[in-house]
Amino acid sequence: MEKKAVRVAYGEALVKLGEHNEKVVVLDADLAAATMTGAFKKAYPDRFFDCGIAEANMVDMAAGMSTMGLIPFCSTFAVFAGRNYDQIRNGVCYPKFNVKFGFSHAGITLGEDGGSHQAIEDLALMRVLPNMTVFVPSDANECYQCVEAAAKIEGPVYIRTARLASPVYDPRPFTVGKGTVIKDGKDCVIFTCGIMMEHTLEAVEILGSKGIDAALVSFHTLKPFDDNLAREYTAKCKKVFTVEEHSVIGGLGDTVASAVIGKGVEYFEKIGINDIFGQSGKPADLLKEYGLTGPQIAERIAKAF
Amino acid sequence: MDIQTLEKHARQVRRDIITMVSKAGAGHPGGSLSCTDALVALYFEVMKNIDPKDDKNPNRDRFVLSKGHAAPALYGTLCERGYFGREEFDLFRQLHGILQGHPDIKKCPGVDASTGSLGQGISIAVGMALGAKYTGNPCHVYTVVGDGESQEGLVWEASMAAAHYKLDNLTVILDHNGMQIDGTNDEVMSLGDIKAKALAFGYDVIEVADGNDMQQVLDALHAPACPGKPRYIILNTLKGKGVSFMEGQVGWHGKAPNAEQTEQALKDLED
Repeated sequence: MEKKAVRVAYGEALVKLGEHNEKVVVLDADLAAATMTGAFKKAYPDRFFDCGIAEANMVDMAAGMSTMGLIPFCSTFAVFAGRNYDQIRNGVCYPKFNVKFGFSHAGITLGEDGGSHQAIEDLALMRVLPNMTVFVPSDANECYQCVEAAAKIEGPVYIRTARLASPVYDPRPFTVGKGTVIKDGKDCVIFTCGIMMEHTLEAVEILGSKGIDAALVSFHTLKPFDDNLAREYTAKCKKVFTVEEHSVIGGLGDTVASAVIGKGVEYFEKIGINDIFGQSGKPADLLKEYGLTGPQIAERIAKAF
Repeated sequence: MDIQTLEKHARQVRRDIITMVSKAGAGHPGGSLSCTDALVALYFEVMKNIDPKDDKNPNRDRFVLSKGHAAPALYGTLCERGYFGREEFDLFRQLHGILQGHPDIKKCPGVDASTGSLGQGISIAVGMALGAKYTGNPCHVYTVVGDGESQEGLVWEASMAAAHYKLDNLTVILDHNGMQIDGTNDEVMSLGDIKAKALAFGYDVIEVADGNDMQQVLDALHAPACPGKPRYIILNTLKGKGVSFMEGQVGWHGKAPNAEQTEQALKDLED
């Protein structure tokens, strides 16, 4: 199966967007080679603004540029969502300015750079901000859709992307705020987002071989969240699992929990990073260390049966 | 507009600052009174294409009050210029009022950026100036920054970018009253040689000896732009300017006057 990092798709999507929308400008903080905005820089040098290693200023500059009718896309590492949080909050979300954030290298699969750079809290930070839309594309194709949708939304949008190359699935229909049923099932439901798609698919297969028919639902939009779909599958499957490459506090798990509480849940378990920081290592080794491989996910779920 | 008329507007704005803060029982009179002359000069004489009846005209000059806590000075000026009526002062800092504790672009006509988190306004202004350059918008962007605010690192990130992008359509105005909440700048965190710093960051710098003298302020704001460089105007101002018992007093940074003090202040500010 073809593999491509979601961040690479982000860079490609920006170039495509720039082709037919001159209002799209891209800002980066000396990471164009990593966030993949370098392609946009090459294609439209006059619409690319390097802000230097000054992420806070990048965000407020983008805020100012948006008031001139431009659609700025800010790009940096997801871990710096904490560094420029005040700017995202007060400079962009509070006045509902039309600024987009394409933050890459999210989660532990960033790998070797270690815990200082592995964002496990960015979704929690972004979800809680009024006016913010939060996207977590699960593969390259969904990332193209998220970037295109972001440009059409009037207001701030956060797009979380991963560094690691991951499988590219056939394009699926895309509606902002709607979850996607990847596989139907009746014994339990797994809700996931982002590049955990690969590992949850594997888990579903393993569970199937053990006679457990698990449904798999993926959410490219964490906010606004598809409460109805989450409730529908909770009511149907009763046993609910959430899988994410993010802290179990404040991310997908809590989003689902808020939606389905009191809606027929018999069992609920959040699988993710258990309130600890990451560390250096190869992405595959890290996934195993933190219990996020397909077999490990399947094992945890099977225990509930 | 002649100097006397501008000074008259400034006195009215100062009276409104006192009335507003007094009625609300909260607000920041000291730093509002120190930058009043600059705001009146900008809105009545310097800024182009601004129109209270059309406050979203894309080619209007922009103003960002980076020291957002001086909101009473901005509200007083906008009101005096005709953006809204004096009755709005009744709801300054109150539920459902358009005059929030700090300027809110979504609520108050004439406000070009929501500010209050220090350091952000200047950075937003830099983005506006850069965006204007890119889109070919002829507007000029003005921002008033506090001296205490200049302790924020973001102010200097923004300054570096302003010089890098050669934003000669940007004017940064420093309201240098020398004081902040906990004391003088020098007691809290000295700015050192602020003029040398501004120069080193690539600004074209003008220092105004008396930043509360309308003529001196106007001369600085009217000085021809220096091609390829952002402008930095140091206004040496007096905190609490115009109100005898507030002048030069740290304690009046964020405190409302009582009824007796309000009466005295308004007397001080009579035409």
